[in-house]
Amino acid sequence: MNRFSYARPGSVADALREVASSPAAKIIAGGTNLVDLMKYNVERPTHLVDVSRLPGLKSIEETGEGGLRIGALVSNTSAAYDTRVQERYPLLSSAILAGATAQLRNAATTGGNLLQRTRCYYFYDAAVPCSKREPGTGCPAKDGVNRIHAILGTSDKCIATHPSDMAVALAALEAVVKVAGPRGERDIPLADFHRLPGDTPEKDTNLGADEIILAVELPEARFAKNYTYLKLRDRLSYAFALVSVAAALEMDGDKVVEARIALGGVAHKPWRVPEAEVMLRGKAPDRMVFETVADRILLGAKGYGGNDFKIELARRAVIRALSQAAAGTPQSQTDKRIQ
Amino acid sequence: MADLEFLARQGFAPDAGPPKGLPDEIPITLTINGERRALHVRPWTTLLDLLREDLSLYGTKKGCDHGQCGACTVLLDGERINSCLALAVTKDGSELTTVEGLAGKDGTLHPMQEAFIEHDAFQCGYCTPGQICSAVGLLKEGHAKTREEIREMMSGNLCRCGAYTNIVDAIEDVLAKGAAK
Repeated sequence: MNRFSYARPGSVADALREVASSPAAKIIAGGTNLVDLMKYNVERPTHLVDVSRLPGLKSIEETGEGGLRIGALVSNTSAAYDTRVQERYPLLSSAILAGATAQLRNAATTGGNLLQRTRCYYFYDAAVPCSKREPGTGCPAKDGVNRIHAILGTSDKCIATHPSDMAVALAALEAVVKVAGPRGERDIPLADFHRLPGDTPEKDTNLGADEIILAVELPEARFAKNYTYLKLRDRLSYAFALVSVAAALEMDGDKVVEARIALGGVAHKPWRVPEAEVMLRGKAPDRMVFETVADRILLGAKGYGGNDFKIELARRAVIRALSQAAAGTPQSQTDKRIQ
Repeated sequence: MADLEFLARQGFAPDAGPPKGLPDEIPITLTINGERRALHVRPWTTLLDLLREDLSLYGTKKGCDHGQCGACTVLLDGERINSCLALAVTKDGSELTTVEGLAGKDGTLHPMQEAFIEHDAFQCGYCTPGQICSAVGLLKEGHAKTREEIREMMSGNLCRCGAYTNIVDAIEDVLAKGAAK
């Protein structure tokens, strides 16, 4: 780990000033990803801004529009077990509990979860080229070991995935990220928060380098009954998704009124295809329909050798997740048998 | 500087030095196993290195040093965390319980420690302090009731000897006896 100075600002305004004070400043909250990256010399901040004690960011509150506002410093554990989250947004609770371990969820925060970086092996290995870590050096994953890598939205520069489970559920629920910067506060829809790698894979998100996440806001709950978070991985617990699917349906009798489907483990951001979701409107849940929807979502999917299997796996996962959601039988995050 | 020696052992060349004007050490207060301690730490010292290198509390183990194995699990303000991923300076003012702090002052073992002995829930013992601290955290959380739930909620603690069956037995036993503290 390199050497750095440390500041513990007492207000968001002071924190923004600290962040602006050095181009190599980094924000630390739970630290579960940043400290790890610093140990690998992947992140080398010269100034660490500890936001973990900023006032007002550690609570979950009603929004007034029927939604919930989850403060950026609310731990993953606190969010997952909050009774309002469990009752109104069980998809979010389920996705959070599908990720990491009890120890990590206790320390990791809501804001930090969104800002965690890819677990691409090449990104983590400071001895090899990686355009995400060092712009312009290339992507060894494309022709290398790429079992965990993306099949959608990739570029020549990068085929990394975003590792978060929480963000996949938030994408399906159309959450909004509230951020503060030197020019005031603004909202970033979750769908626009993470970005595709394109020519600038070093940028994971559209959050400005001088901005701080204040909260994640959930709109009024609509999918508390017909939902599932189906996560497929190389071991039953404590592993990142090879493919995950957050599926949420609003049903009227046996007809789908609205569908939301977001995929994790397949792209540089949670993957949603609104055109595919619309195909379910007015339809009764049916395997043939689900297959068509899955094919639409995976249109243009491309494997790189080691991850070719993900295309068929994702297709089947979408179909299975839609079946689970329609039946109101969400995937258990304890009993991993897939029904 | 033990921290630098450690880095050298890991094959990392330390940087030229801290940015100019950087205070070498920052004063913090931690209550460790019931004892309030005024300490001075460098900002890059993890809680784990502070415990082992500076305070000679060797019960907390360094396994992977990356939050993957759970050997470094401690209780921070009652909640289990990986001490290898926590910078000590960020935990200023907190209460920390390590495996050394679980037994009573008179040496009476914590029910979880008793259960680990009774169920032979270890072989080499290296992961055991982390397993026990994690299990104590699990009891307090109260989310695990079944054997299956215990296994899921203990997934952050690896045991390369493979003593999992007996570890789950031990935790299940303590849960059944309602000895949760």
